[in-house]
Amino acid sequence: MEALLRPRIMLSLTIILIPIFLFISGASSHQIRINNAERRIDLSTHIVKVFLTLKVENTGKTSASEILLAFPPTQVDHLAFLEALAATGKKKKKTYVSLAVKPTQLPDAPNETNYYTIVLANPLNTGETATLEILYILTHSLEPFPVEISQSESQLVYYRDSALILSPYHIKQQTTFIKIPSNKVESFTRVEPTDRAGNELKYGPYEDRPPYSYSPLLVHFENNNPFSVVEELVREVEISHWGNLQITEQYKLAHAGARHKGIFSRVDYQSKPTFSGVSSFKHLLARLPPRVHSVYYRDEIGNISTSHLRADSWKISELEIEPRYPLFGGWRATFVIGYGLPLEDFLFESSDGRRYLNFTFGCPLVETVVDKLTIKVVLPEGAKGPSAVVPFPVEQRLETKYSYLDVVGRTVVVLEKKNVVPVHNIPFQVYYTFKPIFMLAEPMMLASAFFLFFTACVAYLHVDLSIRK
Amino acid sequence: MVGKTESQNGAVKATAAPAMNLESDLFSNFSFKSFKLKTKQQELLLRVSILGLVYILAFITRLFSVLRYESMIHEFDPYFNYRTTLFLTEKGFYEFWNWFDSESWYPLGRIIGGTLYPGLMVTAAFIYWTLRFLRFAVHIREVCVLTAPFFASNTTVVAYFFGKEIWDSGAGLVAAAFIAICPGYISRSVAGSYDNEGVAIFALLLTFYLFVKAVNTGSLAWALASAFGYFYMVSAWGGYVFIINLIPLYVLVLLITGRYSMRLYVAYNCMYVLGMLLAMQIRFVGFQHVQSGEHMAAMGVFFLMQVFYFLDWVKYMLSDTKLFQAFLRITVTSAIAVGALALGVGTASGYISPWTGRFYSLLDPTYAKDNIPIIASVSEHQPTAWSSFMFDFHILLFLFPAGLYFCFKKLSDATIFIVMYGLTSMYFAGVMVRLILVATPAVCLISAIAVSATIKNLTSLLRTKSKTAVAGSSKGTGGSKASSKASFDQSQPFQKNGAIALLLGAFYLLSKYATHCTWVTSEAYSSPSIVLAARGAHGNRVIFDDYREAYFWLRQNTPPDAKVMSWWDYGYQITAMGNRTVIVDNNTWNNTHIATVGRAMSSYEDEAYEIMRSLDVDYVLVVFGGVTGYSSDDINKFLWMVRIGGGVFPVIKEPDYLVNGDYRVDKGAAPKMLNCL
Repeated sequence: MEALLRPRIMLSLTIILIPIFLFISGASSHQIRINNAERRIDLSTHIVKVFLTLKVENTGKTSASEILLAFPPTQVDHLAFLEALAATGKKKKKTYVSLAVKPTQLPDAPNETNYYTIVLANPLNTGETATLEILYILTHSLEPFPVEISQSESQLVYYRDSALILSPYHIKQQTTFIKIPSNKVESFTRVEPTDRAGNELKYGPYEDRPPYSYSPLLVHFENNNPFSVVEELVREVEISHWGNLQITEQYKLAHAGARHKGIFSRVDYQSKPTFSGVSSFKHLLARLPPRVHSVYYRDEIGNISTSHLRADSWKISELEIEPRYPLFGGWRATFVIGYGLPLEDFLFESSDGRRYLNFTFGCPLVETVVDKLTIKVVLPEGAKGPSAVVPFPVEQRLETKYSYLDVVGRTVVVLEKKNVVPVHNIPFQVYYTFKPIFMLAEPMMLASAFFLFFTACVAYLHVDLSIRK
Repeated sequence: MVGKTESQNGAVKATAAPAMNLESDLFSNFSFKSFKLKTKQQELLLRVSILGLVYILAFITRLFSVLRYESMIHEFDPYFNYRTTLFLTEKGFYEFWNWFDSESWYPLGRIIGGTLYPGLMVTAAFIYWTLRFLRFAVHIREVCVLTAPFFASNTTVVAYFFGKEIWDSGAGLVAAAFIAICPGYISRSVAGSYDNEGVAIFALLLTFYLFVKAVNTGSLAWALASAFGYFYMVSAWGGYVFIINLIPLYVLVLLITGRYSMRLYVAYNCMYVLGMLLAMQIRFVGFQHVQSGEHMAAMGVFFLMQVFYFLDWVKYMLSDTKLFQAFLRITVTSAIAVGALALGVGTASGYISPWTGRFYSLLDPTYAKDNIPIIASVSEHQPTAWSSFMFDFHILLFLFPAGLYFCFKKLSDATIFIVMYGLTSMYFAGVMVRLILVATPAVCLISAIAVSATIKNLTSLLRTKSKTAVAGSSKGTGGSKASSKASFDQSQPFQKNGAIALLLGAFYLLSKYATHCTWVTSEAYSSPSIVLAARGAHGNRVIFDDYREAYFWLRQNTPPDAKVMSWWDYGYQITAMGNRTVIVDNNTWNNTHIATVGRAMSSYEDEAYEIMRSLDVDYVLVVFGGVTGYSSDDINKFLWMVRIGGGVFPVIKEPDYLVNGDYRVDKGAAPKMLNCL
């Protein structure tokens, strides 16, 4: 199966149809039926967004409280985000209820299929229907082909999926829409009925497909959007109770698109920007919180002078940064962005007397995938009992950091998450207790040091230390 | 008494800076009115506060580059120093000492620990570790950037004590103020120019001060201290050769002028013996200190000193003059004969190495041009132009002879030293541009003597008129004061007005100096040379950061073991910022290797390819400034590549690249020029 999907073979066979009919026995899969499934795949950037609308009906005897979603193993590794909403009400007055989603292992899953379970708010009784809105986001799913391009070429990519929705349930009717960024499509797999209108491909409708139907689908199209991938991002949030929140972000940025081939001509690049280096990216946009101040942008060898800040006191501030050189496919750049924020916007006191920091998770760069994100919240010296509340699973641990004039060190709450996409930019909280008297420790230390110094000076001037008289 | 201190102080203040002036005025007024301090305490307070302000001023005036650009390392050599310091702080001292660097001089490599002066790196690392210990979480880069200004501030303090030692405390304060803002010194000590010279000038002045102090007091402690100062200097800069030749010369002059004393004997012997032993601990110097030609003068004077002492003793023992004369003749003849024999045998057997090229080129400015193109190709080794003397010294250039006059008027062991220091270093400054730096402290000190003495005479003239009671001031102003007082009695009103006019003139000159220095610092000496700034069409600043763009690209997007070939100027920067192996770099120790690169650069492409394959080169870095109008690009340096390449490989001939003796790079250029790499 995997060998068949190698690109070179795929090129020669534009249309391939390998329906897989696999039947498994499972109590739940027989009693649930999907009446209508609509899938919209958005391929306009390198972050693939899939909106899935399922109309589910319970045809079994007993009530069901869980719905299974199936993903092929190739997709599950790239799955960055999964969210399920239950829609109720009519078209105009639709209300959405967020549902819990958890990964599940089934003992007899065919072809290493992975499952996620959606736990319904109200169990579905026999004969009842429910509408589920599911959003999932895939990263690193566009594969550049040709793998290497020169400066004047534009970037073409493959997207692979199945024309039929992989599901453990019987699907009565399904349609798939694929949105691509431009009209330039090199080729696409036809699984009749297939239709193309402008920059949208339509697969389906397909009727009455049994569980685990699969039909490989390949789209080869042009995508010149920047494939900006931050391989590693470390965000350090340092709380100072003197009124400042200092954020330092260390980026390891890479262009994950087609690799650059041959030479790079700066003259061509600057004189004809529409033809030359279209897939490269010159600048990136970072959205920073309002009232941001003291922004800097530098790397290991010094300040990078090409950046613009549109600071705003109410809205989101925008920082436009340019790496030292335009990033072509396969090129890398590391840099650091740092800024200060007023503390009162982010630090609050909870009802039980504890303080908590309310800050945004995720990466401030627009349309960027972060392979590994580490957030370090540096609490002030003397803070006790830290605990973090994050709306999705992350790895947590504690560290100690020494900064200016620290004696015992500061507690650092470290949060780590892999595969982060822009939808993860939601607030998280870190709770801790802190006595304000600790704020005075460092000034007192400095003051006493100076006092001792001056005393020593006075003493030296007034005491005669010579041995001779 | 109060009036006296104030006016004396005023003379000093005006030299430093207007801002300082105001502040210390306020300060003195405050201290006079609220506390009734004793005169001595007032003077101390004023002196300390002025010195403190000069100290701060010296630091602040060097921060232009940080404010205008950023906290970064400048130029070429500092990048190597920064890289080694980084290594030292990360790996520790022993690793550093045994460091074999395979990233430069591929495929030869370089033994870093044995081929550099570690003083600067160890100093910076020590400051870094101290700050870390005190819980200041600073980055090593900031420490490196601010090392030079910090040591410049320390130099002002040393200059004050030196001035006090050779003249009086007033001259010391003026000297401190002068050296704080003198462009000749600032050029090598702005924030970011993390080079050996930054700490070396401090060490140089410290050694000289301690030695003069030792000669003046005859104290073993000061002589020991000066030996340690010398050790620090040796560890910091190759310019220590200047010390080890100037001090024997000074001692010789004192001997000839009949100023030999026990104090001198103690100071020199202690300083030489201990200093020599300490200097030999630096691996880069090692046994050179007793073997090479540059150090022979010191050893000769050391033995001469012993002979002198011995003769003194014999003279004391023998009461008969005739007998002593005969003895003297025999001893001197045999001593000279033995000395000459030893030198001759040593040189012939190769035990004493001859002088190096750089040393020769100092004594004979045309030597380098004929024999060693690699030394002549460096712009800072060129002979100095008059304009740059004016640029770097401004009014000090005129005050220097005046100061010499005052020194000769009041000859002492200390003034003889400063005169000799001034004259020799002025000569060297004329030979090489970069040695203006060595002359700067001497020029500042001598000028300070001139300013201080002049103003003191003028103010004492004014004061005796208004208040005859002050005449009994305890401050000894010397014979000049007495003579001026004598003449003042004859034509009082004219003299008073003249004195006021002259004082105003002096203040005007000094304030001009301060303005000039600030202007020079901000305009000429604060550019990091790796980032270029220009004024755009609308007066906005345009920054060209192409160097770092290239280095950073190398760092991020080439294999970690890639070898980069470039002209040697960029070697240090590529290793420090690009983190890649280079073929040649700014440590020009292997002329043949550089010539190979020069040959590769100036050969036809197919030949060049062969040479590069043999050197295992992966990337070639060339700098072309034609688009932005940047003048010091590789085309400009190309003739030197040809000359240096031709010096080793006669295949390359300079006339092949010239058209009728002109150097052209356009269509009319020589065919060989157009077809080469």
